[in-house]
Amino acid sequence: MSILSVEDLGIEFGGLKAVDNVSFAVEAGEVFSIIGPNGAGKTTLFNLISGVYTPKHGKVLLEGRDVTGVGPHLLARKGLSRTFQNLQIFFRMTALENVMVGCHRHERMNVFAHLLALPSVARQNEATRAAALTLLSRVGLAAYADTVAGSMPYGALKRLEIARALAADPKVLLLDEPAAGCNPVETEEIDALIHQIAADGVTVVLVEHDMKLVMRISDRLHVLDYGRTLAEGTAETVRRNPDVIAAYLGSHGSKEAARAFG
Amino acid sequence: MSALLNHRLAVPAVLIVLVALLPLVLPSSFYLRIATLVWISAFAVIGLNLLMGYAGQVSLGHAGFFGIGAYAAAVLPAQLGVPGIFAVVIGAVASALIAYLVGRPILRLKGHYLAVATLGFGILVAMVINNEAWITGGPDGIAVASLGIKKLLKSAFGLKVKTAELWYWIAGAMLVVGAWVAVNLVDSPTGRALRAVHDSEIAARVAGIDVARMKLVVFVVSAVYAALAGSALALFNGFITPDTAGFLHSIELVTMVVLGGMGSILGSVVGAAVLVVLPQLLTMFHDYEHLLLGLLMMVFMIFLRAGIVPGLRALVAGRGAA
Repeated sequence: MSILSVEDLGIEFGGLKAVDNVSFAVEAGEVFSIIGPNGAGKTTLFNLISGVYTPKHGKVLLEGRDVTGVGPHLLARKGLSRTFQNLQIFFRMTALENVMVGCHRHERMNVFAHLLALPSVARQNEATRAAALTLLSRVGLAAYADTVAGSMPYGALKRLEIARALAADPKVLLLDEPAAGCNPVETEEIDALIHQIAADGVTVVLVEHDMKLVMRISDRLHVLDYGRTLAEGTAETVRRNPDVIAAYLGSHGSKEAARAFG
Repeated sequence: MSALLNHRLAVPAVLIVLVALLPLVLPSSFYLRIATLVWISAFAVIGLNLLMGYAGQVSLGHAGFFGIGAYAAAVLPAQLGVPGIFAVVIGAVASALIAYLVGRPILRLKGHYLAVATLGFGILVAMVINNEAWITGGPDGIAVASLGIKKLLKSAFGLKVKTAELWYWIAGAMLVVGAWVAVNLVDSPTGRALRAVHDSEIAARVAGIDVARMKLVVFVVSAVYAALAGSALALFNGFITPDTAGFLHSIELVTMVVLGGMGSILGSVVGAAVLVVLPQLLTMFHDYEHLLLGLLMMVFMIFLRAGIVPGLRALVAGRGAA
């Protein structure tokens, strides 16, 4: 059984088929990348899988169970977590607090206990804080723990978002362009981090434009163009697929293609 | 030192000292009454600040809940013979229930739309109070029977206290407890979830936070704060009018939150103090009173944009760093 699969998934915006009949299955523990030119529908696909959008047709299955149309906060509790292409950070909270929010699904939400600061709340806070600190160290941000996120550098925020997503202890982690806008050093750090996450047994589904990164770390790739599936397979087969090269660089761009994919 | 100031209980501790020492410098019971009004307003403002400053949701109808609390304390003992203290509890529970029922549909709205919906709710409450004169006394207002605490203290302990003093201490104690409960909430998983909702709703949802439920929780909590403050005002004053539930009072509460500092519990007290005390101070300027009040508020907002307490804190921190 695949840990995450989508079947004939589709959504339209005002007649435009942003995602059209897309199907794939991700196996537990693999790094699965979704690539495609700008506007191919990658982020929309993520929004459909993570429950931000409700698909017009098709199904999303998490561990074999139908979770189509289930809201993001319920999916989080079922073990699906994600990051965003445009940073969605809690900018007025510290880095540590950001990750602590990520731990939300493990916390007991008894509001009366919270209002009265019962001893259990202090213990809960302490446990959450410790877990969040461990994660911050894991992504190399321990030094920023008490820094307000709004004053952290961009590359650090990218990793902070990953730490927050990991705090939910996901089985499947969707990363939407984790290296976008990062310099080569930061990209390398993110590369190492994704390796480490996958090694820990978390299934990673990745949308990324940095082809070198994608080709290096993906077990399999799924290529989208205009919302439809163009190709699927290992890095080796996808990079030789003429349709993929054409879609990426136009049919005249074979030279550039050779350079980009080489 | 700064660790001490940042401790969760620093704000309630500061308030305990303030409430305990202030009577030593206040020359007469007139000032004691003003201080009592500040504590009562501040109590309501703390609740509203949880909603606005932490969760980022606006309410332009909070005086509606304030009015429900006030009129519960006035009407239930007069019409049904309910003991005053139970009337206060019933007012708070009724406010919570109404906030729950009203909040479910309108908290789906965002920004200006939520503002207008809450505004409508506030106007509705004020209209009911104005029109159902056979219960509420209508626009003329209604007298509020005292709780009988003074008599109880006298008969049980032989203590003789003045009404002004008694209510100063009751309101002061309420404020301290209210601030304590608020800081507890802020420093809990619920508080973190609320602040997360404020900064990015979508990220909060993806982190597993039930955003609709969180908004509802804080709306209900803030409504209870307002209702309890309303009851306190009614019992302290001995008389209330529909203005307590009116639009202008809602605006006043919101102004206190923003002026004192969104997301600052201490700021709630400062905001309430400024808007209660300033008009009293400015009465010496006669005709120019409102003009000056408006000007001062604008000056505050221009120079301390984040509100008085966060603004001053940033200034002090800036000095310290430089």
